[in-house]
Amino acid sequence: MSDYEQWRRLHPLTPVVRGGRATIALAIILLPGILAGAHSTRFVVEVGVVAVLIALGYVRWLVTRWRIDEDDLRIETGLLRRRSLRFPLSQVQAVDVVRPGLARLMKVAELRLRVGGSTGGSARLAYVGEREVEPLRAMLLELASGPRAAESRPGGDVEEHVLTAVPTGRLIGSILISDVGIVAEAAVAALIAVAIVSPSAAAAALSAGGFVFISTFIGIWRRFNQEYRLTVADTADGLVLRGGLVALTTETIRPGRVQAVRMVEPFFWRMLGWCRVEVDIAGRQRSEGEGQAQRKPLHAVLPVGTRDVAEDMLDHLLPDRPRRQEPPPRRAVWKSPLRYHILAWGRTDTCVATTSGRLRRVTSWVPLAKVQSLRRVQGPVQRRLGLASVYVDTVGRRVHAAIRDRDVGEADSALADLTELARSARRDQFAGPRGRSR
Amino acid sequence: MAEEWRHPSARLLTLRRLEVAIVTVAAAIAIVAGTSASTLGVVGGAVVLVCGAALTWFQQRRFHAWGYAEREDDLLVRRGVMFARLSVVPYGRMQFVDVTAGPLERAFGIATVRLHTAAAATDARIPGLERTEATRLRDLLAQRGEAQAAGI
Repeated sequence: MSDYEQWRRLHPLTPVVRGGRATIALAIILLPGILAGAHSTRFVVEVGVVAVLIALGYVRWLVTRWRIDEDDLRIETGLLRRRSLRFPLSQVQAVDVVRPGLARLMKVAELRLRVGGSTGGSARLAYVGEREVEPLRAMLLELASGPRAAESRPGGDVEEHVLTAVPTGRLIGSILISDVGIVAEAAVAALIAVAIVSPSAAAAALSAGGFVFISTFIGIWRRFNQEYRLTVADTADGLVLRGGLVALTTETIRPGRVQAVRMVEPFFWRMLGWCRVEVDIAGRQRSEGEGQAQRKPLHAVLPVGTRDVAEDMLDHLLPDRPRRQEPPPRRAVWKSPLRYHILAWGRTDTCVATTSGRLRRVTSWVPLAKVQSLRRVQGPVQRRLGLASVYVDTVGRRVHAAIRDRDVGEADSALADLTELARSARRDQFAGPRGRSR
Repeated sequence: MAEEWRHPSARLLTLRRLEVAIVTVAAAIAIVAGTSASTLGVVGGAVVLVCGAALTWFQQRRFHAWGYAEREDDLLVRRGVMFARLSVVPYGRMQFVDVTAGPLERAFGIATVRLHTAAAATDARIPGLERTEATRLRDLLAQRGEAQAAGI
């Protein structure tokens, strides 16, 4: 462990991998010149530019160093504007190991630590040698959970209990019939039909909507790339998510750091009884350079699965979750005609659940210990109908738990109860064994 | 849940009315001048003035809807006439408090106190506090927030 207390550099191949696509592009630009053996001034200028870029990359690598200083990870970087970053390990929400395609070729990996807080970013160690990254990850997690957890763990290998693994066929099927998938297929089908009738019109449509097409397909590809062969395992360090096709990712979510869980059932999936389970943790993922492919709003712990599998997963994530949810009063149909049949909410002493959505059904669970604030809102239509909504605010802006369109009396008592329960849940958490949680 | 509701300073109402008055009078003058004081232009200007008067009345209702109450563990903030909102923000969840005052607000000696939690959706803002009250509230919130701080 003392090894890491010295200042260290990142892997020497870092600039090459960071350059990513730029590296490949440069190679392609230079290749004709080299092949032709030309000695024109243009070629010299090109070589010069490339040399400067490579030199800059290496300077950046040279001035970046990191070390572990007791409970902090410290990173120093920058040549002219020197930055010294300090990340307290006790605040780490998740540790990710990301290996984009190029990094896999070069046998390096990126280590990403997500730190909580609304302004909290992530600490990136890009890139570290492939062999080094696993022990480093284990050590960071151990430091993050404090000496108590380290003692209680029987040394050596961490035993894993695999919770789910998604078959590739089902993943492809699920993407094909997801909301985005259906729209994309319809667009492609329409395009082919138009192309048969008049190719020129199809070309015009393609050039007009080209950007939308490309971004949609990139989105679909990303999702497939991330969720390909995703397995979720339960270990002493927390939940470990592994998967990926070109870019391999290993994410570790520490216990007690799940801010909210949601289950999404798109319209077509409901017919097959499929659903998707996602968890939200504090700290957002920044996208820079090669890491862009890894950007995603929520962590899917179950990209697609049947209700039974989802229930198992939820039992694991939220043992004390509400089993029953109550629908809103009948008159709510006037306020939310499309949502009425889906709306419901329920609570236990430690968890609140809400269901909403128009075509797709979204069920959100928020542990009361993680509630940030509560809001009661009543609009003009709701006032006329004697209804009110209560919103449960969680970290970030991704999961919305809304108890919509309840009777005013019920909304008021829900607000009062949830305030009280959230307070005691917070106290328990703070005083409990996981008191170190920030 | 016995809570003592406090309200923004009456200067906020004066400020809001002044804002409405400036905008409507300017709009009315622009319409009348723009149509070189034709009958249609004068009627239009009058309509704008009537709308402005109605808006002033609405500002009064909005002003009276604002309120906040300090409880033992959380701050309550309510606002809104059409959309009535009531926020409950536990002191322990506060990340930071900021006090802002624009040029007009400064001229009236008032400021806006805003509470931030880790949730982007938290909507706790109290405008129109007199400077001493804003400072008091800021210090009180900071102190209670520190005393009850809970992890994320």
